Parts: sequence; structure tokens; C-alpha cells
Amino acid sequence: MDILYKIFLEPFALMASAPDLLLQTLWEGLVSGVLYALIALGFVLIFKASGVFNFAQGIMVVFAALTLVGLHEKGVPAFLALILTIGVMFVLAFAVERIVLKPLVNQPDIILFMATFGLTYFLIGFGELIFGGNPKQMISRELFLPQGSTDLQLLGGLVRVQHIDIAAAVIASLMIAALAVFFSKTRIGRALRAVADSHKAALSVGISLDQIWVIVWFTAGIVALVTGIMWGARSDVSFALQIIALKALPVLILGGFTSIPGAIVGGLIIGVGEKIGEFYWGPLIGGGIETWLAYMIALLFLLYRPQGLFGEKIIERV
Amino acid sequence: MFYREAGQYKTSYAADMAVFPLRQDRIGLAIIIAAAYGLAFTKNDFLLQAVMIPFLVFSLAAIGLNLLTGYAGLLSLGTGGFMGVGAYACYKLMTAFPEVNVLIWILTSGFFAAGIGVLFGLPSLRIKGFYLAVATLAAQFFLQWAFNRVPWLVNYNVSGAIEAPLRTLFGVPIMGPTATPEVRYLVVLTLVIFLTWIASNIVRGRIGREWMAIRDMDIAAELMGIKLLPTKLLAFAVSSYYCGVAGAMLVFLWYGGAEYTVFDINQSFFTLFMIIIGGLGSLIGSFFGAALIYMMPIGLGMLLPAILAPFGLSIGSETIEHLRFLIVGALIIFFLIVEPHGLARLWQIGKQKLRVWPFPY
Repeated sequence: MDILYKIFLEPFALMASAPDLLLQTLWEGLVSGVLYALIALGFVLIFKASGVFNFAQGIMVVFAALTLVGLHEKGVPAFLALILTIGVMFVLAFAVERIVLKPLVNQPDIILFMATFGLTYFLIGFGELIFGGNPKQMISRELFLPQGSTDLQLLGGLVRVQHIDIAAAVIASLMIAALAVFFSKTRIGRALRAVADSHKAALSVGISLDQIWVIVWFTAGIVALVTGIMWGARSDVSFALQIIALKALPVLILGGFTSIPGAIVGGLIIGVGEKIGEFYWGPLIGGGIETWLAYMIALLFLLYRPQGLFGEKIIERV
Repeated sequence: MFYREAGQYKTSYAADMAVFPLRQDRIGLAIIIAAAYGLAFTKNDFLLQAVMIPFLVFSLAAIGLNLLTGYAGLLSLGTGGFMGVGAYACYKLMTAFPEVNVLIWILTSGFFAAGIGVLFGLPSLRIKGFYLAVATLAAQFFLQWAFNRVPWLVNYNVSGAIEAPLRTLFGVPIMGPTATPEVRYLVVLTLVIFLTWIASNIVRGRIGREWMAIRDMDIAAELMGIKLLPTKLLAFAVSSYYCGVAGAMLVFLWYGGAEYTVFDINQSFFTLFMIIIGGLGSLIGSFFGAALIYMMPIGLGMLLPAILAPFGLSIGSETIEHLRFLIVGALIIFFLIVEPHGLARLWQIGKQKLRVWPFPY
């Protein structure tokens, strides 16, 4: 009885008695959810356009952030470093397309997936070799990102809101809006959607697959850079981020592999779910459940709805 | 020239179906096994402790993953977790029943890993490919958390580590601080040969053929009357068994003691790399892959300073670690592009060429 009470009653009683605490937890969940959603967005972009499940998205985030910080450490002004980093991400996209993807066209999906594994480890080694393995401070002041926090008087308590979190939410929304416009209104965006629908049909109307893939990896690289800046500003830039980035996988499962709104909604659900679970139910079984709760949520969800919230229904044809 | 089948007539079905139909193969295998046992008597502790024991242990883990991913086509990223289950189960059993021979417990601990593997393999009926990979990631992170947070698993040891107790076989210590590398190497070698022999029979028999049918096309396999759920779960069970035994050997016959961090996600990834580079769906490929992935950093560690020394450059162990990541990553991409079937396919091609030499066909 005691355990049932602790699982089903106590957490809710705590929520009702201290709504400000609940609000604080919710807010923190939403913020980490935005970051998960941003990583998931990078996955979805590449998956839609090339059918490649890009395992390297997490390390691309780290790599982009490290390049930015590393360049600044070498004495390059912050905004010039930003531009140079974008250039580096373009070179990376180009190299990936030429060296990895092109020779592997028409191979089974799983082979391409494994190739991105290889890319991940290559980038880890390369990044550590050049920038060293130690965590670095993100240059948030130089990039004019807001700092500090505000305490809001809400629901009879104080809710602390970090300014950088608000900035992250705003920038993420702006970027998603920009991507939506890019996808629906521009010529390249339409070409991207055509490739996503069918490679062969896109080829037959004269869309260059090589070009599209470079563009899409470059876009994912930019998304990675923004994610890296935001995440780095909250904690610091280190390779541990790459493991956290794996959290984007349950997000994708929840949202569906091919849906951009799905990535965002999934990210928010996972972010909130894991913070609430950790705060209210975590102490029951020893805490630290944040590391696996997201995967368990995704696992249970998979059994019920394998294609995700917004994914296209999986139809198997022989 | 010497690798010919001329004159070797197969007069029975059994001879035709043999694992090694060529006499030269059988002789070669016998020489390799004899040489492997002979290594124990070289008294080279570095070779045995730092190279051969881990190589064999990782080969066994790679075989386990290969049964699942290479033969049954189910992608798993939970190898590290399953290895951990084997290690912790073995620890609990050994300390709870110290009078039973430890070899029995090493082999039994695999069954606990198998049970956990089946549990996390249950979603495999509904999902496959990347989705399944994520489901097994759940296993990896959950199990690693459990190793860290459940004190019962480490017998309420404050350090949170499991350590190999002193255990003997025929009066000779095979585990614990006083066991020599030679003895531990012989134990590991014997177990690995035994389990590899079992695995080679499993994959050649009905079970293995069912796995391959499911890998190639699960709908067709189902139409042929193969029950998907039991077969897939069996793949998870057997694979996790091998991983579990490998995990137990890793901790108790190699490290001598370990914490939960040994079984982290990098362990899973590196085992996966071993089978990709070695060859998916090939037992010998598991050995090749383990050799390459595990021994390459050791080789780099010895080779690079030697190459750079004449130029007055010194290279730290950290840089070698970074280079290891870089080279492993590059190698994976290289192998996938050049030969998606890995080193095992190169080995096969080489053998085929040797067979018809000097003619091209």
C-alpha cells in the first residue's frame, strides 16, 4: 500500500500543494525539450531528403560549437568566427556528400546508417585532435546572447527563468519558421520536398541529387550550429553533449521520422516528461532516471504506435 | 598450389556437409588452435594479458552481436548492457554460492543476460531497423543505470565496484589476484573455442537458417511457416547469452574488477564496429573485426612514437586515443564503401583465388 501511495498519490499531492514548483519543472522541461527538438530537427531534415538516418547529428552539434569557440580562442572576432564556422559546416556537408554518401548510393539503409556511425567517430577523433578534449566555455557574451535570470512572482512562489532559455526558445521558433518558409516557398525547398517524396521522380524532372544532398547536410549543419550555441550557453561545450544528443532518437520515435512538427512536439513531450518524472517519481527508485526515462517512454510508445505521432503510416509491400 | 581440393572425394553426405570440407582447412584450423594454446607457454605476460585475453573476450561479444545483427538482421545497440548483466549475474552467483565451480557460474550467467535480452527483444516483432536500435538503446541506458543505482547488485559494496574473488580449478587459481595470465588465458581460450563451435553449429542448422530467412525478408519467411516472434526472441536470447558470458569473462578473467562504466554505450558501439569491419553474418569475421578494432590502438601506440621519434616529435597517449577514434571512423567508412561485407569477404575471396591459382577462374 505504501508504495502505491508513493507512486499514485504523493507526487500529485506535491504538485497541487506547490504549483510554483510544478511550473518551474515544466519550464525546465520545455527548455530542454526545445534543445532536443532542435537536434531532432537536424535528423529529420536529412532523413526526409536522403533517407539517411544521420547518427552524426549529435557530434555535428558538438563539432560546430567547438569550431566556433576554438576559432574565437585563436583570436578571431566572434561574428567572423560565426561566419567561418558556417563555412566549415558547408565544407563538411560537401565532403560528406562526396566522400561518404556518393559511393554508397543504392546501398541498403542500414549500411548508410553505419556509415554515419563511422562519420561520428571520425568527427570525435578529429575534433579532439584539433580542439582538445576539455570542456570549453561558450562565447555567449561576445555573441550578444542574454545572460542572468529573472524571478517571476507566480502562483504564490518564485519561478526562476534564465534569459538564455527565453532566447533559445525564440531563436528556435524563428529558425523553424524560416525553415518552413524555405521548404514551402523557395525553389530549392520545393526540390528538397520532391527528393523526399521520390528520388527517381526528382531525378527525372532534372533535380540534381548531389546538389540537394549538399544543401540538406549544410542546412542540418546550420541547425547543429544553432543548437550547439544554445546548448553550450546553458552548460558548456564538451563531447559529453554527444551522448545527450542521442536523446533525439526517442524524440524522433515519438514524433515520427519524417515530420518536422513531430520533432518539435516530440521534443517538448520528452523534455517535460523526463523532468517531471525525475522530479516527482525519481526519488522513489534512487534518482538519475533521466538517463533512460525518455527511451522507456519511446519504447512503450513504439509498441502502441510504431509510426509515431505524426509519421506516415508504415505500409509494407512485398 | 598446396590449397587444392583435387583428390579429396566426398563419399557421404556427412562429408559433403562438413564445416570444413577441405583437408587443408582442417589442418590450418588445427595449427591455429595448437598455436593459440602454445602461446600460453611463451610466458609473455604482456602478450597474454594485454592482447590475447581481451581479443578473445571481445571476439566472443562480437560473435554474440553478430548472431543477432548479422544473422537475424536485428540491429542492437545494447551489447554493453547485456554484457554487464552477465558480469553482475556472475558476481552475484559466485558470491552467493562460493562452493560451486566458477566456470559453471560463468556459463550460467549468460542465461540471465539471455532473459533480459528476451525482455528487451519483445518490441522486435512490431518494429525493426532504426526503431529497434532505439529500443535496444533503452536497454543499454536502463541497465547501466541499474548497475550504478541498485546496491544489491554489488553486494552493498561501498565502492560500487565488483571484484573477482579468488577461485580455483583443480587447485590452480583461475580467478582473483593470484591467478596468472597464462591460466586465465587458457580458460578464456577454451571457453571461446567451445562457444564458437556451438555458434557455428547453431548458424548452420535449422535455427540459423530461420534467422537468415528473417533477415533477408521477414514477410517471405513468415509465409514459409517460420514463426517470427519465437525465432526473433531466440536470436535475442542466444545473442545476449554470448554477450553475457563475454561480459563475465571481461570482468573476472581480464580486468579482475570493474565498475558500471565499463559497460557504457561505447562498449556497444565498438562491438558493433567490430562486426561491421569484420563482416556481418560471419563468425570468422567477428574474430577479424575484434582483432582490428582492439589491436589497432595498441599497434598505433607502439608504432606512431617509433615513426615520429626520428623527426624529434613526441606523441602523447591522449593523441593516440584521439587518433584511434579518427582512424576507426575512417576505417568504417572505408570498409563500407570498398567492401560492405567486411574482412570476412576479403578472406573468402583470397581463399577462392588461392584455390584456382594460377588461373583466374
